[in-house]
Amino acid sequence: MPSISRTVRIGSAHGLHARPAKLFAQAAKDAGIPITVAKDSGSPVNAASILGVIALGVEQGDYVTLVADGDGAEAALDTLAELLTTDHDAEA
Amino acid sequence: MTEPTTTRQLRGVGIGLGVAQGPVARMSEPLPPPGDAPSELTADEESARVKEAVAAVARELEQRGTQAGGAAQDVLEAQAMMAEDPSLADEIGTRLAQGRTGEWAVFDAFASFRDQLTAMGGYLGERAADLDDVAQRVIAHLRGLPAPGVPDPGHPFVLVAKDLAPADTALLDLDKVLALVTTEGGPTSHTAILAREKSIVAVVGAVAATGLREGETVIVDAAAGVVTTDPTAEELERAENRASARAAAVSAPITDGALSDGTPVPLLANLGNPDGAADAVALGAEGVGLFRTEFLFLSSAQAPTVEQQREAYTKLLAAFPGKKVVVRVLDAGADKPLAFLNDAHEENPALGLRGIRALRASEDILREQLTALAEADAATAADLWVMAPMVATVEEAVYFTDLARDYGVKTAGVMVEVPSSALLADRILSYSDFASIGTNDLTQYTLAADRLLGSVASFQDPWHPAVLRLIREVGDAGRTNAKPVGICGEAAADPLLAVVLVGLGATSLSMAPTALADVRATLLQHSLDDARVIAEAALAADDAASARTAAQDAATR
Repeated sequence: MPSISRTVRIGSAHGLHARPAKLFAQAAKDAGIPITVAKDSGSPVNAASILGVIALGVEQGDYVTLVADGDGAEAALDTLAELLTTDHDAEA
Repeated sequence: MTEPTTTRQLRGVGIGLGVAQGPVARMSEPLPPPGDAPSELTADEESARVKEAVAAVARELEQRGTQAGGAAQDVLEAQAMMAEDPSLADEIGTRLAQGRTGEWAVFDAFASFRDQLTAMGGYLGERAADLDDVAQRVIAHLRGLPAPGVPDPGHPFVLVAKDLAPADTALLDLDKVLALVTTEGGPTSHTAILAREKSIVAVVGAVAATGLREGETVIVDAAAGVVTTDPTAEELERAENRASARAAAVSAPITDGALSDGTPVPLLANLGNPDGAADAVALGAEGVGLFRTEFLFLSSAQAPTVEQQREAYTKLLAAFPGKKVVVRVLDAGADKPLAFLNDAHEENPALGLRGIRALRASEDILREQLTALAEADAATAADLWVMAPMVATVEEAVYFTDLARDYGVKTAGVMVEVPSSALLADRILSYSDFASIGTNDLTQYTLAADRLLGSVASFQDPWHPAVLRLIREVGDAGRTNAKPVGICGEAAADPLLAVVLVGLGATSLSMAPTALADVRATLLQHSLDDARVIAEAALAADDAASARTAAQDAATR
C-alpha cells in the first residue's frame, strides 16, 4: 500500500505548540501507524513526537504536509487535518 | 536585642493587601548534572531502567494533571508526553548504545532538544523550562531521589522560590501555602497572577529573600511589599491582628464601591465570556466595565452570525438587569490576530492594523456586531454601553460614536489606550459619551515597550508617572465635559493604585472579580481629598517604583 500525503494550513492562533501540539501528537500516536509531518519543504519528523512537532516552530497560517503509511492511513489523515485546521485555543 | 528593623526587612513588590506569617519552606534547587562516566551496566539494563523511569514520571505527571484540572492539566499532560516522546527515546537509545549511564543519556538527550527550543526563542524558549522540569524528574527517579520542586513539609508554610512555573503552581497545595515570596519575577509574573487569582499573600521580586533559611519564621506583608525576618513578638501580634481584621473585611457584607466620604466609585467586573457573569455578581460587581467580545470570534475562520452574537450578548445582559454593562467591540490584532480581519503579516503588529482600525477596514463585521448588540439591548433590561478599542484620533472617536448611535446604541464611547487619545481626551469627550482607560496598552504605548516581550517587561508598570499624567489628562477631560471616565485593566485591581486612579479623576473601576473585595475595602479608607493628595504624591515621582512608595507614604500619613 503506497503512502498517502496531504498538505493543510494551520488554523490555531497559537500555531502548533502548547495544547494544539499535544492534541496533534496524541492523535498521531493513537493512530498506531507511522505518520510524519513536515513544515513547508522541510524535513519530516515523527508526528507522534510532541518534541519534534513543537520544534518545527509551526505558526498559524503555515502549511504542513502529513504523510501516513499503513491501514487506515486515509482516516488518520482526515482526523489530523481536521485537528490542524481548527483553532484549539479558542475556548481557552 | 534584635537587629534594627531596616536590616530585617526584605523589599519586593507586594501583590494585594494581605499579611501572613509562618515558617519558610524553600523550593528545592535543581539537581547537579550527572557525570559522563561509562556505565557499569549493559545497554539493555540501562535501557530498561530509563523506560521504567520515564513511564513512572509520565504517569505521575498525568495523575497530577487530573488532580489539577483546567489549563494546568494540559501543561502537565504535555509534559507527560515529552517524557515518553519517541524521538527523545531514540536519542537516549543512541547514547545508551555508546555505553553511557541512563542518567547521562537522559540529561544529554533532553539538553539537545532544549537547545533547539531555546534557539527558537520566544514562546518556544519558555517551553524549554517545561522540558527541564521533566528531565529533572526522570533523573531524580533514576537516582531514587524525590522529584525537585514544590516542598511538602507537612505543615502550612511560606513558599520561597526563584519564581514559580505554571507546572509548579499546578502542583501546589494551596491550603498549605500561607504566603509566596519570590526572588525574581515582577507584578506580571506567573506567581503574581496566581496570587491575585487565588488571593494568596505574596511579595515578588524580593531579591534579598535568597538568604532566607528553611524553617525560619517570617512576616510577609503584601500591602507594604516587605518580608520581615526575625519578627518580634509584638510584630507577630500586629500582623496577626491585621490578618484577622482583613479576613473580617473580606467577608464583610458587600456594599457598593465608595470612598470614606461617601463618594460613589462603582466597582465593575472585567469579563471575557457570559458564563462569568454569575460569579461576578456574587463577588459584588455592580455591573460590567469591560466585556471582551473576542471569544465569539477566536474560534472561527469566519465572523459569527448576527443571531449567534445576539444570543451571547442577551445572555450577558440578562445577568445584569438595571445595571451598566460596557461591551467592547471586537479588538483584534497584535496579541490576538483573527484571520478574517487581518491576515497580512506585520513587522510590528502592536502598531498595525488592529482595534478600530481593523474594524473600519472590515466595516461589515462592525455593523453586524452593533446590530446584534442593539437587538440584545432591546430584549433586556441592562444599561448597555458600547466602546471601540484602540482609538487614536478624534476622527476615529467621531466615526465610531456616530455609527454606534445610528444603530440605536444609547451610550457610545471609546477606549483610551493610545497616548494621542489621552492627550486629546477633551476633544474626544466632547463627542463620545464616555472614556474607558485600558492601562495595559496605555503603558505599552507610553513607554514604547512591547507588553508581550519579556526582555522589556520591567517597563510594563502602570505606576509610571508618565502613564499617571496621561490618565490625569483623561480624568480632567471627563470632569470638564461632565462625562464618565472608567478604568479597565490590571491597574484598577491594585488597591492602592485604584485610590490613585480615583484621585486622578476616574469615576468607575473595572477589574477581575476576585480583586473587588480588596479594592472595595481600600477605597473605604480614603476620602476624595485623600485620594487626590495620594495621586499628587505619585505624579511627582521620577519612576514607577518611587511613585508606588510615595503613594504608600501619602496613604499612611
